[in-house]
Order: sequence, then structure tokens, then C-alpha cells
Amino acid sequence: MPRLIERFLPALTGTGAIALGALIAAALLRTPENDGVMARAALEALPDSGVGNPVTAVLLNFRAFDTLLEVAVLLLTLVAVWALDLRLPRTEALPASPVFSSLLRVSGPLLVVIAGYLLWVGASEPGGAFQAGAVLAGGCLLLRLAGRWNPGARFVRWAASTGLLVFLLSAVAMPALTGGLLQYPPALAGMWILLIETAATVSIAAILTALFVAREPEEPRP
Amino acid sequence: MMVTDFYALVGVGLFVMGLSALILRKRDLQRILGLNIMGTGVFMVLVTSALGQGQPADPVPHAMVLTGIVVAVSATAFALALSLARERHK
Repeated sequence: MPRLIERFLPALTGTGAIALGALIAAALLRTPENDGVMARAALEALPDSGVGNPVTAVLLNFRAFDTLLEVAVLLLTLVAVWALDLRLPRTEALPASPVFSSLLRVSGPLLVVIAGYLLWVGASEPGGAFQAGAVLAGGCLLLRLAGRWNPGARFVRWAASTGLLVFLLSAVAMPALTGGLLQYPPALAGMWILLIETAATVSIAAILTALFVAREPEEPRP
Repeated sequence: MMVTDFYALVGVGLFVMGLSALILRKRDLQRILGLNIMGTGVFMVLVTSALGQGQPADPVPHAMVLTGIVVAVSATAFALALSLARERHK
């Protein structure tokens, strides 16, 4: 019996998948268009959010709780990967070549500047902590692969958890200041968001880099 | 048919393709890739859902997709690590 299923599985899966796709497509085409209720609510509240980019306002103000949990998920993933204790070989530095080192010289500082720009511009245009963190992680990986940078355990742990710590601290501080969870005082909202985003950028870069390396950094010998 | 409908349909196609790969492929890496393609399809549908006629794009689905991408990346990293750990313990 299992052999029979094995034999017909591709055809069965194909038919099932096409039927499912047709069903979803039919449902999607019948779904009423976005009525813009949420869009209007978000855009009306935008002046109070402290930022001019509606997506950033949703991410870090209106639905900041989601983003807080997301940063927590990222940190949790890193902890889980470290806990698996993969015993990978130490990441070897790529052999030094003139092309790679001149690429590094040019792109290293450039990536840091781009990350800073993306972080800053996220307040008013598309950009923000995640984009900046991803770019910064790219820079960190280049350095790492070149063997130029091998940060210790303490640095990696702090860098990876700063974002969640700052986010949690502001979540705890806000009820005392304004009476709402993650509800920033309107006059200072922009500053709080920038602070949280900066910490989140550092953490996202650190976590993405550490996930790539996948090997828990060693404790420094006392 | 609006152009956003086309994107949504492509998203559905990606979802279905990823799902088939998830069921049919035997290797972990191919399954993880299938899962990622499924996720990309969902993101495309979500992104297109932001647009309605004669109004600004809804930022809420866009923020959800951004969150989703980050969670998908970390889930992929964890899945790869798990697959590697399984290889080790065989």
C-alpha cells in the first residue's frame, strides 16, 4: 500500500496543488477590495506618531507590540541555534586576495554609511531598522569572512540582545510616563522610535551575522 | 483584471509550487526552500492586498510583510541548523 501511494504521490500532489491554487485564486478574486479603513486610520494618526513614514509608524508605534515580539523571536532563534550545539568547524577566513581586500576597503565603510542612512531615512521614507540591520549584517559578514573581525562571546551577546532590552525598557517605562503600554509621549515619539530602531538595527545585524556563523562564540579565557 | 490581481495570482502560484516541493521533495534543504517559496507567495498576496481603488496604500499589510520576512529568515536559519543537527546524529 505505501508503495502505491509513493507511486501516485506526484500526480496526486500536482492535482491537489492545482485544485488548491484554483480555490485560493477564486477566493482572492472575490475578496472585496481593501476598503481603506485601516489606511485612513493610520494616515489620520500619522502626525501623532512621531514619524512621517506610515509603515514605520505602524511598525514602531501603532503596532509596536508586534515588532517587540518579532525582535524577541529573532533573539530566540539565535539562542535555539546556539543550543543545538552544532560543533561546526571554526569559520575559516577566505584566502587573502587583492580583489577581496580592496572590495572590503571600499564596501565596508560604505555599508556602514548605507545602514545609517537607511535607519535615519526610515522616519520619513521607506527604510528602517530591518533594512539597515540587514545591510549592516552584510558588512559584518564580509569582515568576518575576511578574518578581520572575530568578536568575543560577551560582545555578541550584548549586541544581539540590545534591541530587545531597549524595546522592553521602553515598554516598561511608557505606562509610567503616558499610562499606556508602548504609547509614547507625542512630543518625544520620534526620539523614542529612533532610539528603539537604532538598538534594533544593532541587534538585527548581530543576530543575522551570528546565525550565519551558527557557532556560539567562545568565552574569553580568564 | 487589475495588475494587482496578476501579482496576487503569481503569489498563489508560488504558494502552490512551494507546497508541492514541500510534499514531494525528500531532502531537507529542498523542503526548506519550498517553505520559503510558499512564504514569498503569501507575502506577495499580502502586499497586493494593501491597494484599493482611489486611496493611499494601506501601511498595515506592508508592516506585516516586513515582520514576516524577518521571522521567515530566522525560521529558515533555525530549520537549517536543525537539519544539520539531524545529519550529525544519524
